[in-house]
Amino acid sequence: MDEINLVEMAKAKPSDKGPYDQNAHDETARIMQICNACRYCEGFCAVFPAMTQSREFDVADTAYLANLCHHCGACYYACQYAPPHEFGVNVPAVLAERRAETYADYAWPRPLGQLFARNGLVVSMAIVAGLAITLGLMLAMIAPHLFWGVHLGEGAFYQVMPHNVMAGIPLVITAFTLLAMGIGASRFWRDVGAGWPGWQGLTEAISAAGSLKYLGGDNAGDGPGCPVGDDRNSHNRRHAHHLTFYGFMLCFAATSTGTIYHYVFGWQAPYGYFSLPVILGTVGGVMLCWGTAWLWQLKRAMAEEMKSLRHLGMDYAFIWLLFWVSATGLALLALRETGLMGLMLAIHLALVYVLFLVLPYSKFVHSLYRSIALILYSVKR
Amino acid sequence: MYTKNGNTEDILWDVLVIGAGNAGLCAAITAAEAGCSVLVLEAAPPDMRGGNTRHTRNLRATHDAPTDVLTESYSVAEYFDDLMRVTKGVTNQELATMTLEKSAELTRWLGTRGVRFQPALSGTLNLGRTNAFFLGGGRTMLNSLCRHAINCGVQFLYQTPVQEMQLEDGFCEGVLLEDGRRLRAKKTIATSGGFEANLDWLSEGWGEAAQNFLIRGTPYNKGVVLKSLLARGVKSIGDVDQCHAVAIDARAPQFDGGIASRIDAVPFSVVLNKNGERFYDEGEDFWPKRYAIWGRLVAGQPDQIAYAIVDAHGLTRFMPSVFTPIKDDTIAGLAGQLGLDPAKMQATIAGFNKACPEGPIDQQILDGKKTAGLSPNKTNWAAPIASPPFYGFPLRPGITFTYMGVEVNARAQMLMEDGRPAANLYAAGEIMAGNILGQGYLAGIGMTIGSVFGRIAGEEAARALNRGLK
Repeated sequence: MDEINLVEMAKAKPSDKGPYDQNAHDETARIMQICNACRYCEGFCAVFPAMTQSREFDVADTAYLANLCHHCGACYYACQYAPPHEFGVNVPAVLAERRAETYADYAWPRPLGQLFARNGLVVSMAIVAGLAITLGLMLAMIAPHLFWGVHLGEGAFYQVMPHNVMAGIPLVITAFTLLAMGIGASRFWRDVGAGWPGWQGLTEAISAAGSLKYLGGDNAGDGPGCPVGDDRNSHNRRHAHHLTFYGFMLCFAATSTGTIYHYVFGWQAPYGYFSLPVILGTVGGVMLCWGTAWLWQLKRAMAEEMKSLRHLGMDYAFIWLLFWVSATGLALLALRETGLMGLMLAIHLALVYVLFLVLPYSKFVHSLYRSIALILYSVKR
Repeated sequence: MYTKNGNTEDILWDVLVIGAGNAGLCAAITAAEAGCSVLVLEAAPPDMRGGNTRHTRNLRATHDAPTDVLTESYSVAEYFDDLMRVTKGVTNQELATMTLEKSAELTRWLGTRGVRFQPALSGTLNLGRTNAFFLGGGRTMLNSLCRHAINCGVQFLYQTPVQEMQLEDGFCEGVLLEDGRRLRAKKTIATSGGFEANLDWLSEGWGEAAQNFLIRGTPYNKGVVLKSLLARGVKSIGDVDQCHAVAIDARAPQFDGGIASRIDAVPFSVVLNKNGERFYDEGEDFWPKRYAIWGRLVAGQPDQIAYAIVDAHGLTRFMPSVFTPIKDDTIAGLAGQLGLDPAKMQATIAGFNKACPEGPIDQQILDGKKTAGLSPNKTNWAAPIASPPFYGFPLRPGITFTYMGVEVNARAQMLMEDGRPAANLYAAGEIMAGNILGQGYLAGIGMTIGSVFGRIAGEEAARALNRGLK
């Protein structure tokens, strides 16, 4: 245990480059050592009770704590050691940095972890490439008059793109995505030392994740929410994330029911406006659009000093990709009986393919690591 | 009525509050809720506002039955006994009793004004019965009270230190700011804290030793308001050397180190002075009951420095500290790193180890495992310092706040030297805590005094202006 001079370390940070340009693990360990001697924030969330179980913080500890953090910011406004205090404690910002570090560290294949570094650019380029490839593919496969034609009734979509291609591409992508995320998650699980939490522990972890208990403002789960922009609390982030997450799940359910319709019952899309897949997809799509736009606005409103500026690109990229996937899905629904159906379908499918392709290298992975951290928290309690 | 852009100098405020800590905010809110126009002056910028309230965590409150934030019960009589024990009777019993009685209302009063408490915890330093803990600590509490105050129409001026209190025969005619502006109010409430950040003033009580003190509290409490009041005939109370003084890590910053600079090693250590000698019973009582005497003990040692020494077993028995302890595989090596005489330190530790009783210690109880034949003996938790590596924590006196202040009556009015109440001056918080805390300290009572007297001051100021009468 080398002596750590906290004050010198805090002073040594070049302020013009932002405080966390160095390895975020070191800064996290420095800050956690201060927090562990204070503990005033123990009532806010899971991070601080979890912190008290260590006296020193190794790489696995900081990875675990960073992924337990929901970035609510209550501790920042509570902190007597926050800047301009010379200890320079900024827990939300440093844990956001450390979180992004773990996303890159646990990416598979390993070199693709670099995609997190300039995630906004990567996702934008993937969208452009996805659009070009999908459009090119469709125009190569079918005649232009079909692409711009009006198609009605069962199998209309497959007039502009054969079903095998439409379903085959995501099958390949999804297989890869599941493999990549599975490997990343299992490595994270092993490194932080997660284990079977028991049924009750598992229920607690799932309920904490599903209800966003730790965005509630205290670790009992019935607080006034979390601060956005200043020290006033609200449940806005929780609600915006609920719209996003449950909207996403409804869209997933829509796709799943569509698949069952197709393969089990032999019913071909497009389905009627009041069919189950379309209702699920419409409600889910509206929720996703609303939720992601709201999350974006809340993220913008968050106090600058609390954000991890280097990784905002990743947050925004994922939020906007989700938004446009759902917006184009809704547009496709609206335009499916017009000559624009082919174009809308191409755009929507391209965005869906890109979404699933970049999933392991996007903010989406927070759901895996956060869930594992919550399970570990249940185990350790 | 009072716009944000209005020139604060041109306004004759109903109530002027000096200091935006717990006491000041309680006073400001109470006066504003009664319909007064209120201006709060704060010396610090917004991020550092609130004096020592930023560093607090709880308040001590009497209660007859368990509440949502306090366990069991804590009677006024028991509270009073605790106070008498720590102050050794140096207290104004009338004011003390009133404060303890009124502490019963505090968690509810603060709660309805946005302050949130942690659910009653059993175990935390055994304080869950007597002390209600702010969720997120004192700074979160301040944020909530400031929000509420703003909603009540209270105005704030930050970074506006006071230079002089303009008194004429016990009547405050104005307050001169450092920036040259002069503010006027019908009633002025001083909640500006003690003078712990003024080392020269501390030297009046402590001599040269004060130059080696670390100030754990806010750097903004320089005692300007207090000094100005005392110089103009307000009666002082308390001794200049009385303060909340704990032993903190010598490597802590000169100011504002707060809670994290504390060292909890003492009961499981031997504490040596710079000559390598022990000087006090480290195991006298549970740490929460003893931590507040160790600042004075270290202040009494040569060069105001001491070293708590533990071994590998001892290190895990207390909360981790913010600064990594100094570590060595041998006692002589550790002595070298700490700058102590290795032979002397080895002899002291060896003598201590020989005097320790057999068998393991039990830190959950006063286990009576005491040394034999030492002067002084360690009367509980005496275990040999024998398992390497060995760790040393350098200790210095850490001053949180001073007790000498202005004398007040039960209406929070300042008293003049002739015993009459000042015409329009009130005090609350650390600036008058010495009325109740003549010496010693009881965890959480500083905040209780601040809230109780803040409310009284705000209420009395409003009443004197015929406000808030229903």
